[in-house]
Amino acid sequence: MQTTTLAMHMSDGLLNAQTAVLFAAVAIAGLAVALYKARTDLDDRTAPMAGLVAAFVFAAQMINFPVLPGVSGHLLGGALAALLAGPWVGALCVSIVLVVQALLFADGGLTMLGANITNMALIGTAAGYLVALALRRFAKRSRAGLLTTAFVAAWVNTVLASCGFILEYAIGGAAGIGLGAVSMAMIGVHGLIGIGEGLITAATVGAVASARPDLVHLLRGTREEAVR
Amino acid sequence: MSVPRRRFLLIFALVVLVVAGGVAYFADSDPDGLDAVTQRGCETVQTQQGEQLRGDCIAQHTTDHALSEGPLADYAVGGDDRFTGVAGIIGALVTLAAAGGLFWGLRRRTGER
Repeated sequence: MQTTTLAMHMSDGLLNAQTAVLFAAVAIAGLAVALYKARTDLDDRTAPMAGLVAAFVFAAQMINFPVLPGVSGHLLGGALAALLAGPWVGALCVSIVLVVQALLFADGGLTMLGANITNMALIGTAAGYLVALALRRFAKRSRAGLLTTAFVAAWVNTVLASCGFILEYAIGGAAGIGLGAVSMAMIGVHGLIGIGEGLITAATVGAVASARPDLVHLLRGTREEAVR
Repeated sequence: MSVPRRRFLLIFALVVLVVAGGVAYFADSDPDGLDAVTQRGCETVQTQQGEQLRGDCIAQHTTDHALSEGPLADYAVGGDDRFTGVAGIIGALVTLAAAGGLFWGLRRRTGER
């Protein structure tokens, strides 16, 4: 019987202890800001939707799709969550998914939780949202604009989240494999995974926008305070 | 605005359950991008203790997950991956409860109620 483990995130030991602690601190600081800022985007109408967005990211992360022979990829979900629920709530959505995966499914090492949150919930979500924000006028103009924006935001989110790993590996990676080789491999494979992430994100945001455009954070009225 | 909000949320919840409980069975079991990179230079060999990595790669420096004996570890139920869908539905519901509870607690209370 095949006993492949379905680990999707960084395992314990990948980074040394100091680096793990450093990124745990980064994650805690980021989450504190997100918790404080998320309130602006949550009300009786959007809070239940945001809870479902988190559950959707959990479910979608289970679906590994093939990207190369012997290599798969899966949604990270930061851009998806940010476009639907806003950047602060989105960062919390992805973080909750990562905590549930680490505690319940032994996926993502407990000591790597800070690094995993930093990469996927903070860097990925911020990158995806900033790209979407830059393209928002285009996204609001037409359906094609919205789908393209979602795709590009999600692609950038995947690639920059993988750069988070490269940064962590450069600071305190556990092994002596060359940084250049690791960087090329990470960015190369995540450039491909980002295409899948982009398609899933565009399809999901597009579906929500057709049914309930008011539940797509990016399409709501200009709320510059959500950016700061 | 054609779909009433409650019905929309219900449909969205059903989609989540179908993805977690059903589509998950079709997931590619190959290592994901990160694992593929950290396993570069190693090959996976079957031993009595399960799969092990031979060679020289980053992933060799990792240790077993502290909760790898948990009932839902590796998205299975008691180690049986025929129940991946059950594990997925439990995970989706726990995520919904945690996130929904947090967001409901954080929300701005304006207007009615």
